[in-house]
Amino acid sequence: MDSALLLQLTLNGLIVGALYGVVAMSFVLIYKASQVVNFAQGEFLLVGAWVCWWLLTDWQLPFWLGFLVTLAFMTAFGMILQVVVLRPLIGEPVISVIMATIGLGIFFQALMKWIFGVFAKPFPPIFHAEQVSVLGLQVQSVYLLSLGISLLIMLGFAWFFTLSKHGLAMRATAFDQQVAQSLGISVPRVFAMSWAISAMVSALAGVVVGVVNGVSSALSFYGIKVFPAVILGGLDSVVGAVLGGLIVGLLENWAQYLDANWLNWGNMYGVAPFYALILILLIKPYGLFGTKNIERV
Amino acid sequence: MPTIHAMAETAPILEARNVSLRFGGVRALTEVSFAIRQGEVFSIIGPNGAGKTSMVNCISGRYRPTEGGIWFDGSEITRVPVRRRAALGIGRTFQNLALFGHMSVLDNIMVGRHHLLRRGFLPGMVWWLGGAQREEIAHRREVEEIIDFLEIQHVRKAPAGTLSYGLRKRVELARAVALRPKLILLDEPMAGMNLEEKEDMARFILDLNEEWGMTVLMIEHDMGVVMDISHRVMVLDFGRKIAEGAPDAVLADPHVKRAYLGEADEVVRDVDEPVTA
Repeated sequence: MDSALLLQLTLNGLIVGALYGVVAMSFVLIYKASQVVNFAQGEFLLVGAWVCWWLLTDWQLPFWLGFLVTLAFMTAFGMILQVVVLRPLIGEPVISVIMATIGLGIFFQALMKWIFGVFAKPFPPIFHAEQVSVLGLQVQSVYLLSLGISLLIMLGFAWFFTLSKHGLAMRATAFDQQVAQSLGISVPRVFAMSWAISAMVSALAGVVVGVVNGVSSALSFYGIKVFPAVILGGLDSVVGAVLGGLIVGLLENWAQYLDANWLNWGNMYGVAPFYALILILLIKPYGLFGTKNIERV
Repeated sequence: MPTIHAMAETAPILEARNVSLRFGGVRALTEVSFAIRQGEVFSIIGPNGAGKTSMVNCISGRYRPTEGGIWFDGSEITRVPVRRRAALGIGRTFQNLALFGHMSVLDNIMVGRHHLLRRGFLPGMVWWLGGAQREEIAHRREVEEIIDFLEIQHVRKAPAGTLSYGLRKRVELARAVALRPKLILLDEPMAGMNLEEKEDMARFILDLNEEWGMTVLMIEHDMGVVMDISHRVMVLDFGRKIAEGAPDAVLADPHVKRAYLGEADEVVRDVDEPVTA
């Protein structure tokens, strides 16, 4: 037993898990508000990270400014995507909408490779101290930033959904679009807003991961990792998404520990969440916090 | 019993002119015309499938009439989208309860105030700026007023889905009232209620009409209630208007009797008995 390593891995799990949670939340946001399963969620991270990288390297903007410009750009990006691509698909079969989002994912994946190349590129250094010591553990300062940002976003979501006018409208729309309309809520605007916020928040996560690992198409893999997280938490639960994200993050790291010490099967880090995904679908298909669809006949 | 004198001259707040609604070959409504005067309690009655809810849906904007038009407060609204009508001052409740079940009673009612909250996204984020805080307090005060009026203080923090049927109906009414509508559409406000709950609801509707000054359009099957609180009644049968006027006059109308009771040789049913849904 190597308890220091286990502790370090647990901490990594929490930090990465919080990021998964953030991306999962923005995935759930779109699903809840507009009932679209967005397979292009990972590409939001990718586009956001590349845009930020471009602003910081080619335009030499300071980090905070480039970051803010990126967020503003991604807000507009999400909104335009919804209005141009997904709004015409309202009322079409679910499978068509899913195909459209898969198409979007492939398109942006390729576009980014075309513009920025296929190799991972590092962000210019942001912090003077690469690592700081927390409770005797070496933690990259970027990871601390990432944890802080994740927590801020989660608090922001909580505020948005419980206290703001638009959050309330969004919950109402998620529940029943007809009724929401009869109460004076603009459903198209709610849809556009959910995509805008989702893209913006995902980009935030994308930039953080990019700063840690460099920007490359591997970023879009977060979009796939989101699935175990949201299935675990329940597709339509924001709280569930956060918890699901954290659990997936921990699971990955503990699986790796288990694997490295005893099993030696290899690559458990990448695979474990998907074993969990299958298990959950077998045992508790609505997830921990999801709404059960009870059909009374 | 409310009186309707001095109301006869007021301009209609809502007018339907030759409204027809077809779904493919099905004629849900055929050339229905009527006008609701400002300050009235106007009821639509008729057997099941007569087109009552279809008519209400045409007014609230969920359906668009195939022919004819609808005027509200002096302007045509036939093609105005649903949410704009809510902002113009048409509120409604639904036949099958349509509360946001996971949200608290308070939040349900706050959604009703959506179009009145001016506060946008950014000012709201820093809520003490730009009067957002003052606005919030004013809205909360008004919402509390509605909660007091409908006597649902004791459940205001409870999730709406956990309440009893009668209470849920009341919360739904509160949400529609929160819009501050000029005209409120009530689709079977008393369906499935016991006598006591019905009496409460009738009192709330009368108070809304008399003290809050809302014009009421109501669909209801309970004839006793309809006769007691309506100023005027319209009867639909197979999508056509067959009678309109004061409650007792409508009840005495031979066409109405036939629509409700069937031909003379069929089983005779008491008109006062509620027609079950």
